[in-house]
Amino acid sequence: MESMSVGLTHFLVLSSLLFSLGIYGILTRKNAVLVLMGVELVLNSANINFIAFSRFGNFGYDGQLMALFVIVLAAAEAAIALAIVLNIYKSFHNVNVDEIDKLKE
Amino acid sequence: MSTYDLIFYLFAAITLLSGFVVVTSKNIIYSAFSLLFTFFGVTGIYALLGADFIAVVQLVVYVGGILILLIFGVMLTNKVTNVDLKTGGVNVLPAAIGTGLFAGALTAIMSKNYWRAGNITYEETTIYTLGSKLLLEYSLIFELLAILLLVALVGAAVIARRGRES
Amino acid sequence: MNDPLILYASLITLFLPVAGFALVTFSLGRIKKVFIGEISLMAVSLLSSVYILIDKLFLHPGVTSVFEFSWISFATGTGNQPINVKLGISVDSVTAILMFAVMLISFLVHLFSVEYMHGDKRFNRYFGYLGLFTFSMLGIVLTHNLLMMYIFWELVGLSSYLLIGFWFEKDSAADAAKKAFLVNRIGDIGMFLGILILFITYGTFTFSEIFAGIGSGKLPFDSEGWLTAAGILVFLGAVGKSAQFPLHVWLPDAMEGPTPVSALIHAATMVAAGVYLVIRIFVMLTADAMVFIAVIGALTAFISATIALTQNDIKKVLAYSTISQLGYMVMSLGVGAYAFAFFHLITHAFFKAGLFLGSGSVIHAMHHEQDIRNMGGLRKKMPVTYFSFLAYTLAICGIPLTSGFLSKDGILAGTYSFGLLTGHWLIPILGFSVVLLTAFYMFRLLFKTFHGKPADLHKYEHAHESPFLMAMPLVVLAVLSVFFWYGLNPASPDSAWFVSKWIDVPAKVVPESSNFSFMNTTATGGESLYNAEYTEAQHHAHFPTMIMSLLFDIIAIGLALLFYIYFKLNSRKLAAALPAVYNFSLRKWYFDEFYNGVIVKGTLLFSSVLYAFDKYIIDGIVNFSAYLTKLISRVSSAFDIIFVDGLVNFTAYINGFAGKHLRRIQTGKVQTYLVLVLFALLTLIILFKP
Repeated sequence: MESMSVGLTHFLVLSSLLFSLGIYGILTRKNAVLVLMGVELVLNSANINFIAFSRFGNFGYDGQLMALFVIVLAAAEAAIALAIVLNIYKSFHNVNVDEIDKLKE
Repeated sequence: MSTYDLIFYLFAAITLLSGFVVVTSKNIIYSAFSLLFTFFGVTGIYALLGADFIAVVQLVVYVGGILILLIFGVMLTNKVTNVDLKTGGVNVLPAAIGTGLFAGALTAIMSKNYWRAGNITYEETTIYTLGSKLLLEYSLIFELLAILLLVALVGAAVIARRGRES
Repeated sequence: MNDPLILYASLITLFLPVAGFALVTFSLGRIKKVFIGEISLMAVSLLSSVYILIDKLFLHPGVTSVFEFSWISFATGTGNQPINVKLGISVDSVTAILMFAVMLISFLVHLFSVEYMHGDKRFNRYFGYLGLFTFSMLGIVLTHNLLMMYIFWELVGLSSYLLIGFWFEKDSAADAAKKAFLVNRIGDIGMFLGILILFITYGTFTFSEIFAGIGSGKLPFDSEGWLTAAGILVFLGAVGKSAQFPLHVWLPDAMEGPTPVSALIHAATMVAAGVYLVIRIFVMLTADAMVFIAVIGALTAFISATIALTQNDIKKVLAYSTISQLGYMVMSLGVGAYAFAFFHLITHAFFKAGLFLGSGSVIHAMHHEQDIRNMGGLRKKMPVTYFSFLAYTLAICGIPLTSGFLSKDGILAGTYSFGLLTGHWLIPILGFSVVLLTAFYMFRLLFKTFHGKPADLHKYEHAHESPFLMAMPLVVLAVLSVFFWYGLNPASPDSAWFVSKWIDVPAKVVPESSNFSFMNTTATGGESLYNAEYTEAQHHAHFPTMIMSLLFDIIAIGLALLFYIYFKLNSRKLAAALPAVYNFSLRKWYFDEFYNGVIVKGTLLFSSVLYAFDKYIIDGIVNFSAYLTKLISRVSSAFDIIFVDGLVNFTAYINGFAGKHLRRIQTGKVQTYLVLVLFALLTLIILFKP
C-alpha cells in the first residue's frame, strides 16, 4: 500500500505501541498508582483503535460510542481502584505492589 | 507529506514520548505530568480522526477528572513533605524483553494485515448523531452506565471509608 | 346438554365434606367446637345436592350430564390404539337421587351424633371422619369411570375402617375394623382383576366407552365367557362391600363402631355402594353372570334372615337384616328388576338408617345396653322413638302404605316373573321365604324392646326420651318411609315414580347369544330392557306376589305376637326341642368358625411351612454366601495394603517432590505472574503464527 500518506495502519501501529507501553508500565512499576496509570494508557490505546476503525471501517458512529462507553468505564474504574489503593495504604502503610504478597500465604 | 501527516506524526510523537516517560520515570510526579501530555496527544489523534466530541470528552474526563484523581492518589499515599516520591521498578529486564517482543508482534500484525478499509466522510460535527444514537439506539446501555457510575461512586466511598474506620 | 351449573353443584357437593374433614384435621384440636363448621359445610353440600335432584328429576328429566377431562394419554396401547385415560363425573337421575339420599342421611346422622357422641374425647375427629366418608361415597356415586370408582371404593373402605375402629381402645372394635378391611380386600382383588380385563380389552376406564365397545361386538379375549368373567369379577367388589355371601362376615362385627356410624355406613350408604356398582355395570352383564348374581343375592338374603332370628344384640339383628335386604337388591338386579333394585336401595336406606338411629336412641337411653333380653316396655318411656321404629318396621316388612311395600313387591314380582320365564324357581322361593323370616324377626325385635315388662328395672327407670337433635332425624326418616313420596298409588309398585318416571332402564349391550332372550335388543327395540313378554309376566306377577307376601307377613306377625306378647308359645322350649337348628342359627351358620378353622389356620400353617423353608434353606444360603464374602474380602484387603496403597504412596511422593521444587515460582507478586502471562501469550502468538 502507499505507505506515505497517513492511513488506518498508522493509527493502529500507534495504538499498538501505546498498548505495549501501558503493559510495560503495569508490569514494572512498584507504586500501585503508577500501575493504574499504565492501565489508563492501555485503555487509551484501545480507544484509538475504536475510533480509527470507526473512521476507516464501515461501522459508522458505533466505534465512537464504544469509545465513549470505555471512557465512562475508565472513570468508574479509576474511582474504585483509587479507593482500593487508599484502603491498602491504610492496612500496609505503603502502596508498593511488590511488597503486597499475601497471595503467597 | 501533507500537513495532515505532519500533524499526525507530531501528536504521535507527543503521545509515545510522554507515554515512555510515564512508565519509566523514577519520580511519580513526573510520571503524572507526562500522563497529562499523553492524554493531550491522544486527544489530538482523536481530533485528527474526525471524532471532535470524543476528543472534547477525552480532554474533560481524562485530563480534568481521572488525572486529578490519580494525582490525589499519589498525594494521599506518599509522604509528599518528605519528598519520598521516588519509586523503583520490578522485573525490569524480563518485562522489557517481553513487552518489546509483544510490541513487535502486535505492530507486525497491525501493519501486515489487510484491513478492508472504507473511508466514510463525517458531517461537520458528530455531536447531533452521537446524541440521538445514545438516547435512542443505545438508551439501555446509557441508563445502565448511569447506574454503574452511581454504584461505583457509592462503592468507592464505602471502600475508602471502611479503611478509615479500621 | 351440559349445564355448567350442574358441574359446579356436583363439585360443591363432592368437595365440601372433604373440606370439613380438612378443617377438623388441620385445626389439630386447637378449635374446641370445630365440628360445627363441619356440619355447616355438610348443610351447604346438602342444599347443593337438592339443586341437582330438582334439576335432574323435574327440570331436565332424562338428561345425563357428563364432564370429563383427559388425565393421561399414551400414544399407543393395545392394538396401536391411543389410550386416553379420562377422569370425570356423570350426573343422571340415578346419581342425583343417590347423592341426595347420601347427603340427607349423612346430615341427619351428623345431627344425631351431636347428642349421641356428646362427651367423647375424640368428638371432633369423629365428625372429620364422617366428612371423609361422605366425600368418598359421593365420589363413588358421581364418577363416570372404573378407575375413579376404584379409588373412591378404597377411600370408602378406609373411612369405614377408621369409623369401625373409632373406639380402638376396645380390642373388639380394633379387631372388627381389621376384619372389615381384610374381608373387603378379598372382594376388591376380584374387582381389580375385572377392571384390568376391561381396560386391556377396551383401553379405557370410562363406563360409556366400555359399553360402546361391548355393543360394537368386541369382547375380552374374543370370548363371551370372559365377558361373563369380567362381570362376575367386578361384582366380587360388590360382594365384599355390600356384604354378600360368602364375604358377609365383616358387617355384623362392624357394629362395634358408634351406632350413628352403623346407620350411615353399614346400613344406608356404603353397603349400598356395591349395589350401585352393579347398577352401573348392569348393561354389560351376561345371562350367566346375572343368574350368578341372583343366586348369590338370594342365598345372602336367606342365610342372614335365618341368622337374624336368634340374635339377641339389637344391632346384630339389624346388621343381619341389612345383609338380607342387600341380598334382596342384588337378587333384584340379577333377575333384571333394575329400577326396583334402585328403588329398594333408596327406601331401604331411609328406613334402615332410621332403624339404626332408633336403636341408637334406645341404646343411649339404656346407657349402652344392647341386649334385647334386658329391655322391654320402653314404648311408654320413649314414644317418639317407638312410633318411628314401628313405622320403619312396617316398611321393612313390606306392609301396604309404606315405601318398603312398593319396592319389595316390585322385587318379588321380578323374581316371580324371572322364575316363570327361565325356570330358576329357587330364587323366588328363597325370596318369598325371606319375607316370612323378616317379618318375624323384626316384630320379635320390636316386641322384645318396646313391649312387655321391663327386664331390667333399674335401667328402665333411668330411660328417657331422646333430646330434640336425636328425635328429629327419627321423625324425618319415619316420614320418608311412607308411600306418598314415591308414588300416589300405595298398591301399585309399577306406578311408583321411580319406576315410571325417574329411572330410565337401559338396554343391554351384551351379545344376543349370551343374553336372556327376553332382554335382547332386537326383541325390545333397543329402547328398553325388556320385551313385551317380560312386561306381561311382571304385570301378571304383581297380584299373586302381593297376596303371598301379605299372607306371609300376617302369619309371621301372628307368630311373633303368640311368642312374645301373649306367650302362648314358648321360644325357649322350641329352642330346647331343636338344639341343632337353634345353634346353627345362633352361631351364624358357623361361618366365622369355618373361616377361622380353614382359612386363617390354613394360612398360619402355610406360613409356618414357609418360615421353616426360610430358616433352613434361605438362611443357609445367606450364611454360606456371607462366609464366602468374608473370605474374599480378606484376600482383597491384603491386595489393597500391598499394591494399591503402595501405588497411592508412590504418587504422593512424586507430587511432593514436584511441589517442593515448583514452589519457588510462586512469589505471590501479581506482576511476576503477569510477566509469565505475557510470555505465555507470546508463545501462543509464535506457535499459531498464520
